[in-house]
Amino acid sequence: MDDVEKAGVGRNQAPGEGQDRSRPVLELRGIVKRFPGVLANDHISLKLYPGEILALLGENGAGKTTLMNILYGLLPPDEGTVMVRGEPVRFSSPADAIEKGIGMVHQHFMLVPVMTVAENVMLGEEKVHHRFFLDRAGVSEAIRKISERYGLAVDPQAYVQDLPVGIQQRVEIIKLLYRQADILILDEPTAALTPQEVHELFGILKGLAAAGHSLIFITHKLKEALELADRIVVLRRGQVVGETEAARADEATLARMMVGRDVELVVQKPVARPGEPVLTVEDLWVEGEHGEPAVRGVSLEVRSGEIVGIAGVQGNGQTEFMEALVGLRPSRAGRVMLLGRPVTGLSPRQVLEAGVGYIPEDRQRDGLILPFAIEDNLVLDTYYHPPLSRRGWLDRRAIRQRAEKLAQAFDIRTASLGLPVRTLSGGNQQKVIVARELSRSIRLILALQPTRGLDVGSIEYIHQRIVEAREAGAGVLFVSTELDEILALSDRIVVFYRGRIVGTLEAAAADREQLGLLMAGATGTGGVAA
Amino acid sequence: MSLPAWADQGERVEPRPFARAPTRGSRPPAPVVVSFLVILVIVLGFLRTSPGGEALFGLAGSGGAELVVLGPLSVPVNPALYGFFLLTAVMGLAYAGGRLEAGGLVLGVAFLSLVGAFLVWATAGQSLNLMGMLQATLVRAVPILLAALSGVMCERSGVVNIAIEGMMLGAAFTGVVAASATGNLLVGLVGAVATGALLALVHAVLSIGYRVDQIVSGTVINIFATGVTSYLSARFLQHMAWLNASGTFPDVVVPGLSRLPLIGPLLFRGNFFFYLAIALVAGLHVLLFRTRFGLRVRAVGEHPRAADTLGVNVWRIRYVSVILGGMIAGLGGAYFTLGSVGRFDELMTAGRGFIGLAAMIFGKWTPAGAFGASLLFGFADSLQTKLQILGTPIPPEFLLMAPYVATIIVVSGIVGRATPPAADGQPYEKG
Amino acid sequence: MTGEPEPGARAGGSGTGDGGRVGVGWLATATTRGAVPVLAVLTGLVLGAVIIIVTDQDVIEAWGKIGSQPLALPAAAWASVRDAYRALFAGALGSPYALSESLVTATPYIFAGLAVGLGFRAGLFNIGAEGQLFIGALASVWVGYAITGLPVCVHLPLAVLAGALAGAVWAAIPGYLKARTGAHEVVNTIMLNYVAFRLSDWLINGPMKRPGWVPITPEVQPTAYLPRLFGDPLRLHAGFLLALAMAVAVYWLLFRSVLGFELRSVGANPRAARVAGINVGRTMVVAMAMSGALAGLAGTSQVLGVDHWLGQGFSAGYGFDSIALALLGKSHPAGVVAAALLFGVLRSGATRMQSAAGIPIDIITIIQALVIAFVAADALIRGLFRLRREEQVPAEMFTRGWGG
Repeated sequence: MDDVEKAGVGRNQAPGEGQDRSRPVLELRGIVKRFPGVLANDHISLKLYPGEILALLGENGAGKTTLMNILYGLLPPDEGTVMVRGEPVRFSSPADAIEKGIGMVHQHFMLVPVMTVAENVMLGEEKVHHRFFLDRAGVSEAIRKISERYGLAVDPQAYVQDLPVGIQQRVEIIKLLYRQADILILDEPTAALTPQEVHELFGILKGLAAAGHSLIFITHKLKEALELADRIVVLRRGQVVGETEAARADEATLARMMVGRDVELVVQKPVARPGEPVLTVEDLWVEGEHGEPAVRGVSLEVRSGEIVGIAGVQGNGQTEFMEALVGLRPSRAGRVMLLGRPVTGLSPRQVLEAGVGYIPEDRQRDGLILPFAIEDNLVLDTYYHPPLSRRGWLDRRAIRQRAEKLAQAFDIRTASLGLPVRTLSGGNQQKVIVARELSRSIRLILALQPTRGLDVGSIEYIHQRIVEAREAGAGVLFVSTELDEILALSDRIVVFYRGRIVGTLEAAAADREQLGLLMAGATGTGGVAA
Repeated sequence: MSLPAWADQGERVEPRPFARAPTRGSRPPAPVVVSFLVILVIVLGFLRTSPGGEALFGLAGSGGAELVVLGPLSVPVNPALYGFFLLTAVMGLAYAGGRLEAGGLVLGVAFLSLVGAFLVWATAGQSLNLMGMLQATLVRAVPILLAALSGVMCERSGVVNIAIEGMMLGAAFTGVVAASATGNLLVGLVGAVATGALLALVHAVLSIGYRVDQIVSGTVINIFATGVTSYLSARFLQHMAWLNASGTFPDVVVPGLSRLPLIGPLLFRGNFFFYLAIALVAGLHVLLFRTRFGLRVRAVGEHPRAADTLGVNVWRIRYVSVILGGMIAGLGGAYFTLGSVGRFDELMTAGRGFIGLAAMIFGKWTPAGAFGASLLFGFADSLQTKLQILGTPIPPEFLLMAPYVATIIVVSGIVGRATPPAADGQPYEKG
Repeated sequence: MTGEPEPGARAGGSGTGDGGRVGVGWLATATTRGAVPVLAVLTGLVLGAVIIIVTDQDVIEAWGKIGSQPLALPAAAWASVRDAYRALFAGALGSPYALSESLVTATPYIFAGLAVGLGFRAGLFNIGAEGQLFIGALASVWVGYAITGLPVCVHLPLAVLAGALAGAVWAAIPGYLKARTGAHEVVNTIMLNYVAFRLSDWLINGPMKRPGWVPITPEVQPTAYLPRLFGDPLRLHAGFLLALAMAVAVYWLLFRSVLGFELRSVGANPRAARVAGINVGRTMVVAMAMSGALAGLAGTSQVLGVDHWLGQGFSAGYGFDSIALALLGKSHPAGVVAAALLFGVLRSGATRMQSAAGIPIDIITIIQALVIAFVAADALIRGLFRLRREEQVPAEMFTRGWGG
C-alpha cells in the first residue's frame, strides 16, 4: 500500500509557483502506439506550459484518448518519451503518473456510484488513523477546503449515485486536486453536461489555470476548444496535423484540419412534407433502472416524412422513452399508437414487425452480436422470414445473398461477410445496423445516438441514409445529445428534461441559446410547452 | 471565488416511487401473493388435520447445568394454530389493503407463522426439545456462515467463487489428517486454512491471472478437490485409520454466564467454530467498511477501472481477497472434521458451500446479513433432524430437501432482491 | 441488475456463424484448434501419473531407501505408472469386450456432454445434468416396469420419451427461474441435484421399491430394453447409436435451425438478442429444457440399456464430468462426442486399473479437473508447449452476476 502520510498534504508547494512559464511542464516526444491493424499514435510530439489550457482537438478515432492513456500510465507507448518538468519518465501504472502530479478526468466518470464522495475522493490515497482505519472526517475536511478554494461545492457525505452529472464531474476534479495534481487532463468532459453546466465548468477550469495548474482539454467540439483553450493542437489519424493559438483560429480552418477536407456542417435535405401521423404517444410514463419515474407523461407525434429530434442532456429519460416505444421496457401508463394501431404492451418483435426500424444506443452492447458473422448480424431480426429460413430451418445461401446485397447497398467494407462483425471498424459496424434496420419495410425509424463515436465520413453517410428514408415516407424520431446533430438533422425538435418535454421547436427557427436553456430545464423561453 | 451555499448542488435525483404517477393498476407482485396464499393454505391444512391437545417444548439445555432449570413449555395446539392463521391473514389483508408497504415483512411474518404452526402441529401430543433445536440451529449455521463469509470476501472484490464447496472439502481432509498425524488440533486447523488458501490461489491464478471464466475455474477446483480427497481417502485413510481420527475441539463454556437459563445454553456454551465465526462476522465487517484495505476491496468489486485509475492495484487486491476468502473457507472445512465428527468422509460437505453462496446473496453481500441468512438455513437444517424424531407423516427425504428448496427460493429472489457488487464476475483487463 | 458484463462470447471454432458451414469448415478449425485439447489431455495424463507415483506405497518405501538403493526409486515409480496405465488401456481397449464396455460407458457421457454443451451455447451453465439424469432414469424405469403388455415398438419409445421429458421438465425449472427472476442457474441446478437425489431416495425406498429388502426398483420389462447390438457378453446397446444420432441432431439444431440461431444469439449477447426481437426468456427455458432432455436421456440409456433397474447411488458424477466434456469438446457436438469417447475409455479402463493396480478410480476425476483447467486456461498449455497464439478469441463467459 502507498504511504499514507502524503495523502492530501504531501506536495505542499502551490502549483505553478516558482516555475518558469517558458519551460514546458510536460513534453511528449515522438510517441508511437500501435494496436492490431491500427497506428493509433504516429510520432506525436507536443508541449504543455505551466498555467496554460491546451486543447487537443480531433475526430473520434484520431488517437486523442490513446495518447492521454499513455500519458496517464494506463497504456505503455511503443516508442517515444514522456518528459515531466524536464525529466524523462516511464509510467507503468496510473500510480506513477499521480506521483508526478498528473491527474485525469476520464470521459466515462471513474466514480463508484454506491460509495460516498469522500470515499471516492480518498480511494488510493486514503487518510487513515491507527495505520489501518479510514479517517473519514479528515477527508471530508480536506474536501471542504478544496471546495472553498476552487468553488467546487459538494457534500462529502453524499452518495455519488444520488448526485447529478454536473456535481459528479466536480467530484472528479476534486479527486485530482486532493492528490495535488498540477497537470490536469480532461477527456471530453462536457459530453454529459448542459450548456449552462459547461459554462460553469469552463469557469472553474479557467480558475484552475489562473492558479497555476496546467490543463489538457480533449475534445472533438470546435467551439469548446476555441472558447476555453489558450492553444489548440489538432490530431488526425494519429498524427499532429496542426497547432495554433486559439485567439488566431477560426472554426472553418480547424474543421478542415481535423477532417482533412472541407466539411459540410449542415445536412443537405429538401424541405419536409409531413404526411399522416405514424407515431402518436399520449401521456407515457416509464420507469427507470431503479424504479424511479424516468419518463413522466410525454405526449408526442411523428408524421411520415418528417424527422423529429429529441434534444436533451444524457439521462433525462430519452433512452427509457425510446426503449418503451419499441417494447423493450414496460410503460407504467399512457398510450402508444403506431399507424393508428395501439402497440402498448407489445413485444419488441411485434413492434419491429409493425414497421419500426430501431437503432439502439450502444451498438456493441445492444445492436450486434460481436462474435457472430457479419451476415448473421445483417439478418438478426429477419432470419425467421422466408426466404432466409423455411419451416424452422435456415437457408444459409439465401442469408448470404441478402447480406451481399445489403453490404453493397450500404457500402459495408469487409474481406468476407463470414468474418465476425467485431472485425469491422466502428463506422462499418454502425452501417451493419443501419442497413439491417432500414432495409426492412418500415414506416418509422427510432434511432438513439445514431452517430455516436463515429468519424465525420460515417456520420455524413448515416445522416444521408436517414434523410433518404424520410424522403421515402418514413417518420423518424431520433435522440442525440449533440446539439449540432439535432440542429442539422431535425425538422422539428423536442427537448427532454427530467422525463418531460419542456419545449417543442421548429428546427428552422431554433437557435443554440434557446435550446441550451431548455435543456437546462428553463421553461417559457419561446418554446411551445408540450 | 466564494463558496456557494451547500444547497447549490443541484437538486438531488433520488429514486422515488411513482407517488402521483398514474399507474396501470398497482397490484402487489405475483410471487409475494402466491407465496402468501400457499402459506395460508398450508396453515389451514394443519388446522384441519390437527389432533388437538397440547404440544410440549423443552427449554432446558442438555445436562441441566443452568441455575434455574426451566420446565417444558406447554402449548395448546388448536388455539395456537388459530392464532398463527389469524396473524398471517391479518398481515395479508393489511398488505392487500395498502396499509403495509413492505411485501418482504408480510412474507417474513407469514413464513414465521408457517414454521410456528408446523412445529406446534408436528409436536401435538408429544414433546420437542426446542432448546436442542435452537442449539442445533446455531451449530448447523456455522459451516454455512463460514462459506458465506468466504463468498462475501471474494465477491466484494469482484471475483465469484463457486469453489467454496471444494475448498471446504479439501480443508476438511487436510485438517483431519494434519491433526491426526500430529495429535494437535491447532496444527489441523492451520493445515485446513492453508489448504483453503492454496486452492484459492489456484482460483485466483486461473480466474484473475489467466482470465478463465470464474465459474469454470470454480468448477475445476470443485472437481479437483472431490477427486483428490476421494482418491487420497481411498488410497490411505481406508487402511490407515489412525490418520483419520483427530478428535474435535471441545465446546467453549463461558464460566458463569453459561449457567443462565435460556440464553446460557444457547449463547454461552457451544461449538468452538461458532464463536470463531461470530468473531469473523465482526472482523470482516470492520475490515470491509472501516479500513483502507476494505475501501479498496469494495471499489475494486464495484468499479475496478476507477480504482485502477487512482493507482490501486486491482489484481493484487483481488488476489489478496480471494486468498483471504479461501482461508475462511478453510476454517469452514475444518469445522466438518475438527469441529463436528473428527473424521473425514468422502463428499462430507454435501453442498454446504453452495448453500453458503445462497446465504451470501440473501445477506446482500454483507457479513451481518450473511449471519442472519445462515441462521435461517441452519434452522431449516436442524428442523429436519428433530422432526424425524417426532415421526411426522412427511417422509424424512422431503424434510432433507428443505435447505435446498429454501436456497432455490432465496436465490430466485422471491424473498427480497439484492444487488451484487457491480463488477462481480468480470475479469479485469487494462487498456 | 447493475453492471451487466460485456456480452460474453462463445469460444471455440464455431462460435461464429461459420460453425454452420458444412464439414470442411469444421475440419479446418479442428486441425488448427485441436492441438490444445489433445495436449491438455496428455498433460493431464502425465500429471495423473505423477500423482500415482507420489502416492504409491512402493515408491514411498523406495524413497526411504534412496541412500542405499538409489535406482529403486525410479524403478518403483516406473513400475507403478506402467502397471496403472497398462491396466487402464487393457481395460479400455484390450479386447472386443473391453472396447464394448468403453463404448457403453461413453454412451451416457455423450448425452450428458451434449446437454451441457447445448446449455453453454445458449449462455447457460447447467451443472444440474446429474439431477436431470436421475429424474430421467426414474421416469424411464417407471414406464419400463409399471406399464406392461405393450409391444416393443410402443413401450421402448415411450420409456425413452418419458426419460427425456422428465429431464426436460426438471431442467426447465431453473431455466424458468432464470428467465423470470434472473436467478443464477448454477446455484439452482446444483440445489435441484440434491432435491433429485432425495426424491429418488424416497421413491426407491418407497413407492418404487421392489418387494423385498433391497432398496432398488423392479426390473424393467424386456419390451422396454434398448436392444443389444451384439451377442453376449458384449453389452453395447442401441443407446450408443441413439447418442450419436442425438449429436447429429444437436448439430443441425444449433447451426441450421431458426431455434438454434436464436439460442446462440441469446448465448452470445442476450441484450442484442432481445433488441432484435428474440424472446430471450422463452429461449432460455427452451434451451434448458432441451439440455435437460439430453441429460435425462443419459439416465434413460443407462437404465434401459445396461442396468434395467435403478438403485441408490446410481450415477457416478456424470454431472461434473459432462462439464469437462463440453469444455473439452468446445461445445461442438463432434467435439463432445470425441471427448465422451475419450472419457468412456478412461473411466472404463480405470475400473480395471482399480482392481488390477489398486489405483482408486477417483484418479480419473483428478485428471478431468486438470484437463478442464488446461483447456479453459489454454495460455497454460500454449506456454508449456510453445504454441503460437492464434487470433484473439474471447474466453467463455458465464459469470453474469447472481441475478436479482
